[in-house]
Amino acid sequence: MTMMKKLLTSAVASALMVGGAQAEISDNTIKIGYLADMSGTYRDLAGPNGLKAMEMAIADFGGQVNGTKIEVVSADDRNSPDSASSTVRRWVENENVDLVAGMVASSVSIAVSKILEENDRLGIISGSAASSITNEHCTPNHIHYVYDTYPLANGTASAVVKEGGKTWYMLTADYAFGHALEADVTRVVEANGGEVIGSVRHPFPTQDFSSFILQAQASGADVIGLANAGADTTNAITTASEFGVTQSGQTLAALLLFLTDVHALGAETAQGIQLTTGWYWDMNDETREWSDRFMEETGVRPTMVHAGIYSSTMQYLNAVAATGSDDAQTVRQQMMDTPINDMFAKNGKIRVDGRMVHDMYLAEVKTPEESKNEWDLYKILRTIPAEESYRPLSESKCKLVNN
Amino acid sequence: MSMIFGVPLAVLSGQLLIGIINGAFYALLSLGLAVIFGLLKIINFAHGAMYMLGAMTTVLMFDYMGVNYWVALFLAPLVVGVFGVVIEYFLLRRIAGQDHIYSLLLTFGVALIIQGVLINWFGVSGLRYTMPDMFKGGVNLGFMFMPYYRAWVIVAALLVCFGTWFVIEKTKLGSYLRAGTEDSQLMQGFGINVPLLISLTYGFGVALAAFAGVLAAPIYSVTPVMGSSTLIVVFAVVVIGGMGSIGGAIITGILMGVIEGLTKTFYPPASSAVIFLVMVLVLMFRPSGLFGKEA
Repeated sequence: MTMMKKLLTSAVASALMVGGAQAEISDNTIKIGYLADMSGTYRDLAGPNGLKAMEMAIADFGGQVNGTKIEVVSADDRNSPDSASSTVRRWVENENVDLVAGMVASSVSIAVSKILEENDRLGIISGSAASSITNEHCTPNHIHYVYDTYPLANGTASAVVKEGGKTWYMLTADYAFGHALEADVTRVVEANGGEVIGSVRHPFPTQDFSSFILQAQASGADVIGLANAGADTTNAITTASEFGVTQSGQTLAALLLFLTDVHALGAETAQGIQLTTGWYWDMNDETREWSDRFMEETGVRPTMVHAGIYSSTMQYLNAVAATGSDDAQTVRQQMMDTPINDMFAKNGKIRVDGRMVHDMYLAEVKTPEESKNEWDLYKILRTIPAEESYRPLSESKCKLVNN
Repeated sequence: MSMIFGVPLAVLSGQLLIGIINGAFYALLSLGLAVIFGLLKIINFAHGAMYMLGAMTTVLMFDYMGVNYWVALFLAPLVVGVFGVVIEYFLLRRIAGQDHIYSLLLTFGVALIIQGVLINWFGVSGLRYTMPDMFKGGVNLGFMFMPYYRAWVIVAALLVCFGTWFVIEKTKLGSYLRAGTEDSQLMQGFGINVPLLISLTYGFGVALAAFAGVLAAPIYSVTPVMGSSTLIVVFAVVVIGGMGSIGGAIITGILMGVIEGLTKTFYPPASSAVIFLVMVLVLMFRPSGLFGKEA
């Protein structure tokens, strides 16, 4: 029924387009709400600098769409689905926000996407990890742009197993994201002929990992897999290095690492760690050129999330310009119909489940000798083609996919 | 290999040792809180922030002035201690004699402001601090690999804890301190500058936190938020030991480190809750704490 209604609305809207494109843009403003953790654990990977990236995209676009002005509002979600939900309700119900973008904690994204679906507005999620966002939690009103846990496990775990890391011991953050990542990793390790011989679930957050590292050492596994994020991961890596994990022949596999994490660790501590990333600032002239501009604005190099926010904002504004509409379904369809070719992705595609699929990269952290400056941190070992990276639609549980 | 409840003895010994190391941290932090509460009756919610400032100061002094670890070990607590004296003089003194809740709210506010400002400057990913060369590596004890630095943490923390206990409980200076807070007018009459004594005590208490911060800098992520989660655990330790009991804070700190370490071995998901569980039990059966004087 709703689908029918949406079709009818857009049909009627198209009929009215004779009156000029602007007639379709509500209250004659494109209003974007930027929602992210601005002050907590996940601040640096998106946060205030993500807002900067969005503003850069709007400025590059010319600050307006066919004469309609673009307005940005922003809020701190404090990693709380409740706090995020009340903000987004206010935005869409009272302030006419057309697009909600940013979003890091997976729980926040899932809560927000439900509100967007109820109100038929659009959301572009750039910071979250959980692959369930476009699987069981998919809606026709959001897009998941940069990465998710599926390629993280696929890229890193399969590479490490192929290099001989057959037995794994998992250190897993004891909440939904950690469990999901552990499950994805276990699947990949077993599919490649390896085995997970033990795991420990640590509280979130944990400062002292020495006890868990000791247990992982005692297990005798080839690989210690870290299914956690942010400060938990950096603390675990620091402690592993202190306790001589790599010297004793064990390998560390960090499943989710952002450039800001590696920068905090430094090449000395993080060297040799393999990771999967959706983008890296120093891949080619295009990425470097944009990163230099970003650094001028912010003083730091961009993470894949920052680049994704820029790219997705551009993609959105292009779609609004092309359709002359800010209606969520019209714009989403246009975004799905247009391949993404920019500094962030080549031939990226937004699927019907909302997943943006693009090439991912297997990277290794450089040694201090190889690293020329504090941000010169990754060597790209392999490009993982889009179709190999993400969960295929044939395995999807999304209600929008006919399986 | 002999086993205890399905855990090899070697692994268990390692976990006990790790527990003692973490306990030494707790002891150092709860000691500062106990000194401040025991002598000044201030519930210092800024203690976590002071611990964080100790670590941040260590990193920043190294980055901008090349101050090495050993100098930082003295200088960072001094800098943070002076900052504490300033807070005491300009803020805490104004609410002296009021209900505890005032000092709690004031110090909590101060902590949030410090944390917020530093997040704006440095972000939350953490600052890099390289371990001093002489502490790199470690020794194989047979049952575990013991990094040299962790051994140093035990030694340094216990020395400082014992020294503090000794000064407060066994020396003349300590007796002035205790007397000054017991009956400040009488002590003023004896010609002792009680307000100064109070400022210095607060400064010393937060300097202890900063010292723990310096010890933490090479092994934990140094971030503006590192103190906030630690603070709550340390408060629980102080409550278990008995608010204001100096010796109680030290012994309970180490004990809780060990209990937490064992929980991490036998049932890791409960390891962040076990200290609070002990706190609840202690409050039920011995409300003034294990080492507190009965009210």
